[in-house]
Amino acid sequence: MSNAPPSIEVINLDTHYGDRQVLKNVSLSVNPGEIFVIMGGSGSGKTTLLNHLLGLLRPTSGTIRILGKDINTLSSLEMQDLRTRMGVAFQSGALFSSMSVGDNIALPLREHTDLDEMTIGIVTRLKLEVVSLAGFEHLMPAELSGGMIKRAAFARAIVMDPKLLFCDEPSAGLDPVVASSIDDLILRLRDAMGMSIVVVTHDLDSTFKIADRICVLDKGEVLALDTVDAIRNSPNERIQNLLNRRTEEAEVDPDAYLRRLLGEKEKHANQPTQGRTGL
Amino acid sequence: MKDALNWLERLGRKAAAGVAEFGFAATLFGQAVYWLVLGRWRRQPVRMPSVAAQAMDIGIAALPIITVLSTTIGLMLAIQGIYTLKTFGAESRVTLGVALSIVREFSPLITGILVAGRSGSALAARLGTMRINQEIDALSVMGINPVRFLVAPPLMAMMILMPLLTLWADLVGLFAAGLYIAIELQGSLAAYADEVVSILKLNDLLHGLAKAAIFGVLVTIVGVVNGASVSGGAEGVGRMTTRSVVHAISAIVITDMIFVFLVTR
Ligand SMILES: Nc1ncnc2c1ncn2[C@@H]1O[C@H](COP(=O)(O)OP(=O)(O)O)[C@@H](O)[C@H]1O
Ligand SMILES: [Mg+2]
Repeated sequence: MSNAPPSIEVINLDTHYGDRQVLKNVSLSVNPGEIFVIMGGSGSGKTTLLNHLLGLLRPTSGTIRILGKDINTLSSLEMQDLRTRMGVAFQSGALFSSMSVGDNIALPLREHTDLDEMTIGIVTRLKLEVVSLAGFEHLMPAELSGGMIKRAAFARAIVMDPKLLFCDEPSAGLDPVVASSIDDLILRLRDAMGMSIVVVTHDLDSTFKIADRICVLDKGEVLALDTVDAIRNSPNERIQNLLNRRTEEAEVDPDAYLRRLLGEKEKHANQPTQGRTGL
Repeated sequence: MKDALNWLERLGRKAAAGVAEFGFAATLFGQAVYWLVLGRWRRQPVRMPSVAAQAMDIGIAALPIITVLSTTIGLMLAIQGIYTLKTFGAESRVTLGVALSIVREFSPLITGILVAGRSGSALAARLGTMRINQEIDALSVMGINPVRFLVAPPLMAMMILMPLLTLWADLVGLFAAGLYIAIELQGSLAAYADEVVSILKLNDLLHGLAKAAIFGVLVTIVGVVNGASVSGGAEGVGRMTTRSVVHAISAIVITDMIFVFLVTR
């Protein structure tokens, strides 16, 4: 497996929103058939990294190779081809609310293949079967529960049999039982279809259950990139803080805290002082 | 002084944002036309069933209200025309004014404003909702160009439907005005019809229909630009929907004036 070319290769990726640098010198690679988890606290840049992998954002500098192709030098027709070989399950599901579940899942087939409606129907129902949503193709997305929306999003993401699957926060907003069943689904998809799966999450339990390797992002930098066991046993304090759910900036000054709470009043009290120093 | 500078700076920023938005609109229009013409070659044709669905939505559903309003406007113009011309005893010439104003101005204008309120706002709301639900990103990563899929069909539908709706508004408005004029001036409807046919030149009709097609483009692009710029959840969708109606109607009225100025001078 290690000889095969990587499914994803990111080299020295730097990105900005306006003037603010969000990702700093990120490098990583995802092997074929592996479940690769990008983990990190809220605001660490996970979604930004994912959007770059999907080609939705342009990096300031650095190279991103998806299935061997440098996505920033591809023509739009080549990019279109590449995109039919990858699937994405968005955090909110992003199902088209004006279409039934079945039409949602069938859309990539209708747009990118010449299959007849009969075959499209069969493939659609097959994929719904895979995500345990058989018989729900006539419902509208608004009629589904949170877990079912995620499942339907997975079905749509895998309908073209992609080599590469991306999932943003698959367990966010779900109760633990449903979240765990989504984890099982991800494992099942990898085993049944042999695809590489990139999962973005801040859920530790889920990470340790499904990951082959973990990339820990912290403030836009790769803090660690290793196997599950190596990450678990890492001596790095920041990683241990993250694993043990400790916040880094513990409140030490109760006075400062109180002053912050009284923010409005403090400003007023300060104004004369500022005036004087100004003069 | 500082206030003035601040004010100038804010004005400058607003102007820059306005220019940027205008550029965005022009780009969108260019891309939509590109996909309409070359989509098949790029293996992403604009689907005719999708255009037809939009056309049904824009056109057929708007027919009743357009009929009612054109009737009202026809009557209104006839009443006002006769009242005004009576002051110098020329009420027999009323058909001239009524026919030209309906065909050249009122039909395209009222159709444009109605479609802006019905379909332009719906388009903005739909795109805005899709944007905040990441549905537009979902289209992109599926290799489906969002402009081709979401903008080109309504644009084509509008460009076809607006002139047709306007033509209908012409007929209804002229008929309603004719009824009133025939009764009020004790003439016949047939005589009125003859007069209308002799007054109106093809040029007058085309003037109105061409404007209608342009209004269709304006309504679509303004709706899409506002929808695509939504941020800040459901509230943002509401805000941009309102904005799209105001902008579309303003764009229609201003464009109308410019068009008339350029064409009739
Ligand atoms: N569209 C945007 N414009 C400007 N800044 C953004 C935008 N999206 C995210 N950010 C900022 O980039 C940083 C990383 O965000 P994000 O990638 O969403 O983190 P995560 O998904 O790990 O929570 C955050 O500080 C966030 O405020
Ligand atoms: Mg995120």
